[in-house]
Amino acid sequence: MNRGLWLAALSCAVTLAAVDARAEETIKVGILHSLSGTMAISETSLKDVALMTIGEINARGGVLGKKVEPVVVDPASNWPLFAEKARQLLTKDKVAAVFGCWTSVSRKSVLPVFEELNGLLFYPVQYEGEELSQNVFYTGAAPNQQAIPAVEYLMSKEGGGATRFFLLGTDYVYPRTTNKILRAFLHSKGVNDKDIQETYTPFGHSDYQTIVAQIKAFGAGGHTAVISTINGDSNVPFYKELGNQGLKATDIPVVAFSVGEEELRGIDTKPLVGHLAAWNYFMSVKNPTNTAFIKQWKEYVKKNSLPGGDSRVTNDPMEATYVGIHMWAQAVKKAGTIKVDAVRTAMSGQTFAAPSGFTLKMDETNHHLWKPVMIGEVQANGQFSVVWKTSKPIRAQPWSPYIPGNEKRAER
Amino acid sequence: MLLTATAARAGEAAPPEPRPPTTLDAAALDRLVKPESREETIASLVEATDVHALPILRALLEGNLYLGPTAVLVDREGALQDALTGAPASVDREQLEQVTINNRLRRTLERAVAALSLLEDSPSGRLAAVRVLQDNPGPEVLPAVQKALAQERDREVKEALRATAAMLALASPDPGQRLAAIEELRKAHAKRRLLQQREVEKDPTVLAALDDAVREVDLALERAAMVGLFFSGLSLGSILLLAALGLAITFGLMGVINMAHGELLMVGAYATWLVQGAFRGSRHFDWYLLAALPAAFLAAAAVGALLEITVVRKLYGRPLETLLATWGASLLIVQTVRVAFGAQNVEVSNPSWMSGGVTLLPDLVLPWNRIVILLFSAGVLVGVWLLLTRTRLGLLVRAVTQDRQRAAGLGVRTPRVDLLAFAVGSGIAGLGGCALSQIGNVGPELGQGFIVDSFMVVVLGGVGQLAGTTIAAGSLGVVNKLLEPWAGAVMAKIVVLVFVILFIQRRPQGLFALRGRALEEG
Repeated sequence: MNRGLWLAALSCAVTLAAVDARAEETIKVGILHSLSGTMAISETSLKDVALMTIGEINARGGVLGKKVEPVVVDPASNWPLFAEKARQLLTKDKVAAVFGCWTSVSRKSVLPVFEELNGLLFYPVQYEGEELSQNVFYTGAAPNQQAIPAVEYLMSKEGGGATRFFLLGTDYVYPRTTNKILRAFLHSKGVNDKDIQETYTPFGHSDYQTIVAQIKAFGAGGHTAVISTINGDSNVPFYKELGNQGLKATDIPVVAFSVGEEELRGIDTKPLVGHLAAWNYFMSVKNPTNTAFIKQWKEYVKKNSLPGGDSRVTNDPMEATYVGIHMWAQAVKKAGTIKVDAVRTAMSGQTFAAPSGFTLKMDETNHHLWKPVMIGEVQANGQFSVVWKTSKPIRAQPWSPYIPGNEKRAER
Repeated sequence: MLLTATAARAGEAAPPEPRPPTTLDAAALDRLVKPESREETIASLVEATDVHALPILRALLEGNLYLGPTAVLVDREGALQDALTGAPASVDREQLEQVTINNRLRRTLERAVAALSLLEDSPSGRLAAVRVLQDNPGPEVLPAVQKALAQERDREVKEALRATAAMLALASPDPGQRLAAIEELRKAHAKRRLLQQREVEKDPTVLAALDDAVREVDLALERAAMVGLFFSGLSLGSILLLAALGLAITFGLMGVINMAHGELLMVGAYATWLVQGAFRGSRHFDWYLLAALPAAFLAAAAVGALLEITVVRKLYGRPLETLLATWGASLLIVQTVRVAFGAQNVEVSNPSWMSGGVTLLPDLVLPWNRIVILLFSAGVLVGVWLLLTRTRLGLLVRAVTQDRQRAAGLGVRTPRVDLLAFAVGSGIAGLGGCALSQIGNVGPELGQGFIVDSFMVVVLGGVGQLAGTTIAAGSLGVVNKLLEPWAGAVMAKIVVLVFVILFIQRRPQGLFALRGRALEEG
């Protein structure tokens, strides 16, 4: 080996040592959210709220006497890049935990990395279930905490007694799996296949003319509801087209699982009043914790002059991010170390008084949060008014009983 | 004079005798606010055709009714009033609880408000109210409709009322009346109600009429769907045309493989966004697009001219190097925009005159933004055609395109013509970007989604041919949309791409062929 290579290796080692020395002073955590591309519309505010929460923890003295240092990376709505960035966070930055991902395809992409390197991922978005990793804590909803109750509501008298369902989604694992679960659920309720239509569009699709026309034609056959699992910025052209073509919520309600206050920001919601979303938190929920959360967020936006300014809102995945980071900090305090295995053990049974107005608990065994379910209708001001909610948080069923084979699983 | 004016204004703010928004009694209001008794209260108010309830029902529908600490309050254009007395109330908004409704109640309420406004309102308002009742009928509105029918003077409204009254007779025990109702429902294409009736109907003649009506409505809806599909195809075609027209000049005529063409669209869209920002808060906001058009054109033309001078000019006649260099330039432009304006999408809102649509049939609504863009692309097409055939620049461009050396020999300053033509082509892409901002998302990656489509349109149409470009854009749009209902959005796109590949293999010169620099040198 020549001398140049030796020098390079040596300097490399010195740099690494220097990085390590600095890592002693702070506890690094990774923020892995798309800040560009089709998912940036949803994920950017998760990065912002994560930074706000870390700032709050640091203002109270950090954890274990050290400041928490966020490492923000941009995987750019590019799924393989998610895995690369995750590896970089775990091996190069040596982060204690990662808060990130929105789409299930990005989570599936990083999962092998976290399992191989024994990392810790906090995933803040509702998803399709059918997964349970030692290395992930799911702070968003499983299907029984969002999709199933929403469809039950649509079928109820109050929800309009829908008998026909148009399942519309972006073409990837989350909508496909959710719709598989919903189809099995609808079958169990006596809905036939001829009354269910499934349609998928690619990520970033922007021309919803024919699809809205199809919905209208399908809807002529009886009480119809649309279940939308469209993700990312496609929602903007979709809702604009709904409004322009005059598809009213009183005729055919659209219930969305990935559309919240943030995605509707900047759309004129007057023609959309009454369309629904199912979540575990809405900004309009009234309780002291939420008032404080919103106030803290507004002040953070103002202080850092984030784009959007006064129009910035809070939403469910932001709340889940906030809860997730706080729970991680609590678990680190309880464990007295940032070692993944100890933190994982300390996470079970953690509780946190969340802005949703409920004290949420991390389940002792299944890595999912107990969450209340809320269904809201879009108002003219872009907010949601809650029309139905559970009286208490319910336990997640990551393995849906509506998928054949799951009944044998121990953890349901 | 001044004094009286001030007094009058003061009088408006605090009227000596506040006019109550409703003459409902406190008990009725109480029942209206309570969720469990709300629906029957509304129904009984409508049945009694109590027009005094209208303001309060409207407030409830629009979400302007609040439960205060002591009384029910109405939000009237930002000012809170006591619902019963009309007295202005000063309550902290934090303490108010909005009286919320859900879709089921919204339906009932919309029906109730429409039924009661039949007896008030202007002729056009009454007509709109009848239309609401035809879409959303309920047995409780019959007395209001009959009362309105008796006192209605306007012919059109009267006819609509008669039809509505007949439709409402669907629940009547008399088969004759039910037949008449079915006839009206057939005319209104109300398939869902016909199907519902078919499930409960016992009388065989009525059942036969129902079957006929459903079949006929199905046919009509199918026709409407075809028209709608064709329109969406044309609309998609017009968008493809706008995206490709600029390329028809830079690639089609000049032979430059400009991979940064999509970014020129994006520059136009961002220029639109900037102009919108300048207009925000102004009362001419609705017309910002008119100012955005020249801005988008100039911004994209400037970027295009810069691109020509710095990159393209040095590489004429070397298509591969041009391709690589312009691709690099495209990455550069995307990153510059990311740095300058952020990586997230920016919000470009539709002006109010481009929202909503024209209702041709109950099932066929043509959105205004798509109609406007269709017309706009036709306008741009005519403009480009005039520019190429009727102006000196067009003549020079064509001359240089067809025989560069002879044109130069005759004294045409070919570098200048190249620059101008490239700038104009880029500017037209900017106009396309301005139009795209009205239907899709505006972000740094906007252009990348259109680059393949643009080249496809130009190559399919025949390089160097405006007519070919137009026909190719239109037919690609229509074919894509016709395939979508059968194959889905993803498959439709694949099928179209395969078709284009096969077509180009058979006919490399495209739909129309003309001698041009690109072909001669290629």
